[in-house]
Amino acid sequence: MNARRLQVDPIACTAHGVCAELLPELIDLDEWGYPVLPATAVPRRLTAAAARAVAGCPALALRLSAVPAGVARSTDP
Amino acid sequence: MIDLHPASVARLLSAPPEQGTSLAAHRAHFGPLPPPGEAGLIDPVTRSGLRGRGGAGFPTGRKIAAVAAQPTSRRPVVVANGCEGEPVSGKDHVLLELAPHLVLDGALAVATALGADEVLLCLHRGDPIVPSVRAATAERQEGRTVRVVEVPRRYAASEESALVNFINTGMARPTAKPPRPFERGVGGHPTMIANVETLAHVALIARYGPDWFRAAGTADSPGTTLVTVGGAVAYPGVLEVALGVPLGAVLEMAGGLTGPAQALLVGGVGGGWLPADRALGVRLEHAELRAAGAALGVGTIFAMPAGVCGVTETARVASYLAGESARQCGPCMFGLPAVAGDLWALSNAAEDPATIVPRLRRRLGLLPGRGACGHPDGFARFVRGALDTFADDFGNHAYGRPCPGGGRPWLPLPTAGDPTPAGWQ
Amino acid sequence: MIGHALWYSSRATGLVSLVLLSATVVLGALNSGRLSSPGWPRFAVAAVHRNFSLIALVFLVVHVATAVIDPYAGIGWLDAVLPFGSVYRPFWLGFGAVAGDLLIAIIATSLLRQRLGVRLWRLVHRASYACWPIAVLHGLGTGTNDRHTTWVIALDVACVLAVTAAIAWRLLAVHPDTEVRRGGRVTS
Repeated sequence: MNARRLQVDPIACTAHGVCAELLPELIDLDEWGYPVLPATAVPRRLTAAAARAVAGCPALALRLSAVPAGVARSTDP
Repeated sequence: MIDLHPASVARLLSAPPEQGTSLAAHRAHFGPLPPPGEAGLIDPVTRSGLRGRGGAGFPTGRKIAAVAAQPTSRRPVVVANGCEGEPVSGKDHVLLELAPHLVLDGALAVATALGADEVLLCLHRGDPIVPSVRAATAERQEGRTVRVVEVPRRYAASEESALVNFINTGMARPTAKPPRPFERGVGGHPTMIANVETLAHVALIARYGPDWFRAAGTADSPGTTLVTVGGAVAYPGVLEVALGVPLGAVLEMAGGLTGPAQALLVGGVGGGWLPADRALGVRLEHAELRAAGAALGVGTIFAMPAGVCGVTETARVASYLAGESARQCGPCMFGLPAVAGDLWALSNAAEDPATIVPRLRRRLGLLPGRGACGHPDGFARFVRGALDTFADDFGNHAYGRPCPGGGRPWLPLPTAGDPTPAGWQ
Repeated sequence: MIGHALWYSSRATGLVSLVLLSATVVLGALNSGRLSSPGWPRFAVAAVHRNFSLIALVFLVVHVATAVIDPYAGIGWLDAVLPFGSVYRPFWLGFGAVAGDLLIAIIATSLLRQRLGVRLWRLVHRASYACWPIAVLHGLGTGTNDRHTTWVIALDVACVLAVTAAIAWRLLAVHPDTEVRRGGRVTS
């Protein structure tokens, strides 16, 4: 199974904070209530919880992506 | 009006201004735009190493190739970005005033290479050069649509996805990526967006080839570039210089400093401050400026004289950038005003600096990469550079000691825009 | 006897559905207004809201089934989803069908939210503010004797008060994110 990373659509995110409630091991909230996501891949044991966090976001702003974000950035014009 | 300096290297700005800017005069000086040869356009542009002149410095050839490689039957669209959102930059204006047809040559050459039917030239609404640019585009309706689009005058309105968003929906605010404009842009078509100066260089590469282009500049940053030199120099204005020359040499070309300089603002508010003693030897090219803590950006070099307060100027710029947040992403719309507030608090000795500084630095760490566009990243880079460059001044302010500037504003910044969504339409 | 049992069952489950639906709307409004406490995190409020809506649906199905099976009023299966065509009190019964249809649409789009996207989900979910009052009116209009029964009226009043209070709170509770997006001042 591919490594999965948590990513957030920063425009859709309106600081509900449900993701941090459901996945406190990986997601913290900054002082304004917005999620600070880990740069590393989601550990296998937390994948189910991460999927629940993605489903629980009231704005559907959180997603689990299969491709590591670092690769996408370097080749993008 | 910003003047062109006589000591410029003459490539983009080589046409004598007294002959006018009509298409006929343009062709008389530069010759007609040649049709693409066997190698096309993308290959020579890639080999030239030309990097975008809109601030990001991304290799232009790769960008055009990425648009060309999109797996779709939709014809690409070409967008020429002449908005010049950086408040202290004037180079795009000078270029559009003196050589609009060189820009249009480049845009049309790229359109031919991509099979694009439409070329859009973006300018800020109410810009004085709009009429002359419209007149120039009217002379170039040669088999495809070339039109001028007037965009709201906001700092981030000329960000690539913001331009596309404005053309598509009327809101000049950046959008979340993916998709990027090269994949899906104007009307869902793959879109090639380039700064007007970049396109002007493309027009010359189409005529003289990549080796000629590389004859100036460095391996990392080839060619010439337009720079806006201002502040405490004898002859402020726009110059064309070869990349790789030391900043001190550029200042000399502008007549030299008129007095002792504290710092140089390089790359505009999207770049950063460099302490003057260190800055003069730094070369005008992407890698070196990044390593020094600034950025080439859109090539502005402003010399800050004595008698100006770095703390006040940093706080002013921070407030300006915070006001220019498109207010779409939490960390930007809350974080930038928070940091600006911290900077003013340091400036006014309002709180114990031992409380403010760690809080400020923590907040700066929460900005990069957490917005839909690079605005918070540029902001954080700018403020971090300022804290280092003006460390002594920040210390003085924090402990209530007198400062050289007396709180008088120096850098010319626009007035605050409308914070509601209507201010981006 | 059976007839009476079915009819009373329909009335009873109808009332229970209304109470559960009211509780669902209250919890939805509180969640939308971002109410949370250490003991009641957002995901808990959301989960209870969801569960109440599903239990309400179950009671609604029994309410409809008992009404249709009971031969007394001549209500057909189709009348449960196609409004205003029934023999028995077509207008007020029709309201029930409308409310039921909306509820099914709301629940279905919520269960498929991740596939449908936020915009469509939000659009349909706003229909809750229509669904609930229509359900209340259905109850008041269709119930002949219940209209005059004190405790039924009291129950209805309690539901209306609770939902009104919750919606009023929701409208007043504006989050800083909403305010700043509109262009309001950022207070740090």
